[in-house]
Amino acid sequence: MTPGHLANRPCAGRYEDIVAAIGNTPLVELKRLSPKPGVRLWAKMESFNPTGSVKDRVARALIEDGEQKGLIGAGGAKSRILEPTSGNTGISLAMICSRKGYDLTVVMPENVTPERTQLLEMYGAKIVYSPGNQGSNGAVAMSLEMAAADPSLYMPYQYGNEANPGAHYNGTALEILDDLDGEVTAFVAGLGTGGTLMGNARRFKEELGDAVKIVAAEPMQGEPVQGLRSLDDGFIPPIIDISLLDRKIFVTNSDAIVWTRRLLDEEGIFAGVSSGAIASIAVRIANEIDEGNVVFVVCDDGWKYLSSGIYTRPLDEIENLDSTVWW
Amino acid sequence: MAVVRIPPVLRPSVGGEREVSAEGSTVGEILESLASDHPETRSQLFGGDGELNRYVNVYLNDEDVRVLDGLTTGVGSGDTLVILPAMAGGAG
Repeated sequence: MTPGHLANRPCAGRYEDIVAAIGNTPLVELKRLSPKPGVRLWAKMESFNPTGSVKDRVARALIEDGEQKGLIGAGGAKSRILEPTSGNTGISLAMICSRKGYDLTVVMPENVTPERTQLLEMYGAKIVYSPGNQGSNGAVAMSLEMAAADPSLYMPYQYGNEANPGAHYNGTALEILDDLDGEVTAFVAGLGTGGTLMGNARRFKEELGDAVKIVAAEPMQGEPVQGLRSLDDGFIPPIIDISLLDRKIFVTNSDAIVWTRRLLDEEGIFAGVSSGAIASIAVRIANEIDEGNVVFVVCDDGWKYLSSGIYTRPLDEIENLDSTVWW
Repeated sequence: MAVVRIPPVLRPSVGGEREVSAEGSTVGEILESLASDHPETRSQLFGGDGELNRYVNVYLNDEDVRVLDGLTTGVGSGDTLVILPAMAGGAG
């Protein structure tokens, strides 16, 4: 490894401030979880970002996009920002907004883990809670109403803003291609806003064509958070183009937690619940091929989930398993 | 015959059942059978063009059929179809 290469890595190098230190996360091989000698399983450690999640990349891209378009910042542009989030994007935005002097309000389901509230308050964000039984759909609907009613608010709207996938198209995907010399057989990530999957998929398909398989792991939300009045109240993030996906597989909350524990116990990786879900699908894909590199995203670290007891308690003793929005 | 799991939002249309059985060898045939047996589900499952309602996700076991072969996806006797509403999710 050359000194220049090392200088771009998160545990080394110099950065002008914490926002500049976002990205350039490590790619870590998981030899114990890899099912076959010819298949190499790699974890893209987005948990190494400054606030501990992949959303630091997205939040920085959303804010810089708004600044470049003159929608926020100096010269009469807006300085009050509003965003729906299940937590991580809000925390990343809160950190960046506190650095840049923007006033941030986040709309978040009331049934997320309590660490999220503390982290948001720590960075100075205001929090509006949306009904827990509507999951993230409720947060999106409420913030769209708030933004429509108050023209002084700027809503980056990660679900519909191309800056979200752009952060991955111009960042995460290039780093992975660089670290694996362009040899990516499958890429597995979580489907939420769609930003991680869309941005990486576009770059990988452009570079590698159909040789690379793009696989979405999505949460099967517990029934208590499927509180829709009708299916027409459903929501598909506008940035999602399903044609870029080769597979789309749901993971139950209990399987996600089992695999979050496997990441910890077998590979020493302390990750959040979505990363466990994604790892389970990555190992399944690794089982289906004979050789190649399977890359999956470790979206966030485990600190925000500690109060739930998922790392230490038996699965059947975890409270609110299906009424919590885990990811 | 396949088992179809029904999400809470659709249960009032199937007499409150969590899962029902339906005949067919493709996703489309099974959903058509479901809609015939429980007519209130039809307008929720299908759009005006006969395709899946865009806010309905149907999974063959755990894989979204839209990324398989859609309504023509084959379904075996041991398979389960899971219907879920399209929800915003993920670590957003």
